[in-house]
Amino acid sequence: MRRCLALAILGLLLAGPTVAADHARPDYRPLPGGRFASVIPADGKAAPAVLRPFRLRTEPVTNAEFLAFVQRHPEWRRDRVPSVFADFRYLSHWATPDKLGTGALPHQPVTQVSWFAAQAYCESEHARLPTWYEWEYAAAADATRADARSDPAWRERVLSWYSRPSSEALPPVGGAPDVHGVRDLNGLVWEWVEDFNAMMTSADSREQDGADKLKFCGAGAITMEQKENYATLMRVAMLSSLKATDTTANLGFRCARTD
Amino acid sequence: MSRMLSTVLAAASMLALAACSGKPAADAAAPATAATAAPLRGPADFGPPQGEPIHAALTSPPNVPPPIHRNYPAKVIVELEVIEKEMPISEGVSYTYWTFGGTVPGSFIRVRQGDTVEFHLKNSPTSKMPHNIDLHGVTGPGGGAASSFTAPGHESQFTFKALNAGIYVYHCATAPVGMHVANGMYGLILVEPPEGLPKVDHEYYVMQGDFYTTGKYREKGHQPFDMDKAIDEKPTYVLFNGHEGALTGDHALTAKVGESVRLFVGNGGPNLVSSFHVIGEIFDRVQQEGGLHPQENVQTTLIPSGGAAIVEFHTDVPGSYVLVDHSIFRAFNKGAMGILKVDGPENEAIYSGKEVDSVYLGDRAEPNLKAVSVAAKAHAAGTLSKDEQIAAGKQLFTGTCSVCHQANGEGLPGVFPPLAKSDYVAKLVKEDKNKLIAVPLHGLTGKVTVNGKEYDSVMPPMTQLTDDEIANLLTFVLNSWDNPGGQVSKDDVAKVRAQPPPAQATEH
Repeated sequence: MRRCLALAILGLLLAGPTVAADHARPDYRPLPGGRFASVIPADGKAAPAVLRPFRLRTEPVTNAEFLAFVQRHPEWRRDRVPSVFADFRYLSHWATPDKLGTGALPHQPVTQVSWFAAQAYCESEHARLPTWYEWEYAAAADATRADARSDPAWRERVLSWYSRPSSEALPPVGGAPDVHGVRDLNGLVWEWVEDFNAMMTSADSREQDGADKLKFCGAGAITMEQKENYATLMRVAMLSSLKATDTTANLGFRCARTD
Repeated sequence: MSRMLSTVLAAASMLALAACSGKPAADAAAPATAATAAPLRGPADFGPPQGEPIHAALTSPPNVPPPIHRNYPAKVIVELEVIEKEMPISEGVSYTYWTFGGTVPGSFIRVRQGDTVEFHLKNSPTSKMPHNIDLHGVTGPGGGAASSFTAPGHESQFTFKALNAGIYVYHCATAPVGMHVANGMYGLILVEPPEGLPKVDHEYYVMQGDFYTTGKYREKGHQPFDMDKAIDEKPTYVLFNGHEGALTGDHALTAKVGESVRLFVGNGGPNLVSSFHVIGEIFDRVQQEGGLHPQENVQTTLIPSGGAAIVEFHTDVPGSYVLVDHSIFRAFNKGAMGILKVDGPENEAIYSGKEVDSVYLGDRAEPNLKAVSVAAKAHAAGTLSKDEQIAAGKQLFTGTCSVCHQANGEGLPGVFPPLAKSDYVAKLVKEDKNKLIAVPLHGLTGKVTVNGKEYDSVMPPMTQLTDDEIANLLTFVLNSWDNPGGQVSKDDVAKVRAQPPPAQATEH
């Protein structure tokens, strides 16, 4: 990873501003942060998460943007990426390792990307993947409120995406902006977060003896009491099923920066 | 990162392990022999698997894999793929199902008690969601859920020994569990006792489930899942085998007279408990929950959500037997219906069929219907005269037609068109007698002009009337109130009934 990172940064430095200037500068919007009631309590019981101000990319990274990245950093081409960084489906919907083709339109969000690849891309924008808390906090907004989660309409919008079959082509990025000016957090694709693998520990913890099991079931029941959290919990479930090399047809990403 | 660890531990465990199935410890089970004759038995370990591994044959509902004729415990490999797909839930209504094996309910799995089952759960690369499986036939934490949490495009493997014989539900236990189940993620696994089940002529797989769509029952188009209705336990659909019509029409279950039928009936839920009943049959044996001790002579059996029963009966008389959830609004207003079509010779000693089909119109008409039966007898004897038809038609008119068209045939101005001296009736007869016959058969909706006045109303089809009743009624109308006269025969009506309804726009 480190070597790859170094290469990536080196590549960026060598390529210089001329290549970067070929692309519109990605837009990041400031989010104020603060105390936030996450579906995952900060202390395991009820404590809210505390977020420092940060900047979030307004849109998920598109196929076109990721193609430009791969052209600048050919070590992330699907035919060159080491298998420890991405599984065999990495960018498999592209026509060739350096061409999108009809299965991947330029303005669709890029999918079939591993966590490693997403992180490398964000570094190329001098950014990082958002943390789960940052992502969840941002996604709680709607067009007029920073936290719209108690509104049934917000919940329905999130859940209706889950009900749509994934056989349909992904829409392009550029949905309506929320109160922060950020788009497409809900209703387009799953998105990687920096600390997704904190959720993976569950696979082992479940194997422990039955003593803890009741606690887990109880915890589930308590959390499920908050109906509005259903929608978000599904995202946690999805992320917790992943390994960093995994790629899926509905999993993309966006980047964040510490303000 | 570590700040989140403990909290995430709890949350994520809950997500993947929401199935809290407590299973009895089975380590005390002594090795047993397969010699006893009890139909089902308690937990038993027949030792390590023998022979070559066997790939389990899975079947789609309503089919059941063939009985296992094997006298040793084997290693059985089950490969089940999770597929998320859009399918019709009702005519013209589509729904995004999440399935085990591409069907709702999922593929039927059949193994033998004592088998070691190597389970491969594959989640299709096209899936949006992670999934897992909790098999109620598994002894172990989460029923396998803990070991089978699988991201899209991945495969999980775990192995269990089928210690208890019986019929068991399996389902997805990924959060939110209710939504995964409501989208169709359930099925049945049969663990056969070593000596097998008694031989029957037919085995079928039927599983009930409740569905929650944002639109109303049968509202057309793609219908998304409605979480609020699911939480309120107010389903839009209650269905056998996942789709309205999955077990009716061409998809009806079939048997012949004198055969034995075994239904493996499961209930996936997520919410409702089923009062399973087959209209016109009495269950000879019901093994509730697949348990050891069958109940006999059962009319309706309770199948809890997340439970199943083995239901056996035999057929005596041909006909269509209707499978229902006898919480009966679910059957007739939410789709919980299936058909078992039994062919073969009648047995009137057991069931006569219809012996009398007489018109019953209540107090008002009852004493005056003698002419109807006279006409029916005359028709049977081939001596039916026009006058007898008119007499019978007049009495039928009083019971069926006069409420709207009035006893004197004048109708009600602006609402119900007149039949008396009707230029509309005259026109129809002149153009094509079949058009007149079509009116009571198929009804008449929309604008018509009768005797210079416009009517815009709805006459429902009078399909409850038999061919000779309609023939008599129309003959009466044609020969009354200065109408042009003529005669309609039973055969005329039968011909029109066999044709599709005419486009109503051509009527005016």
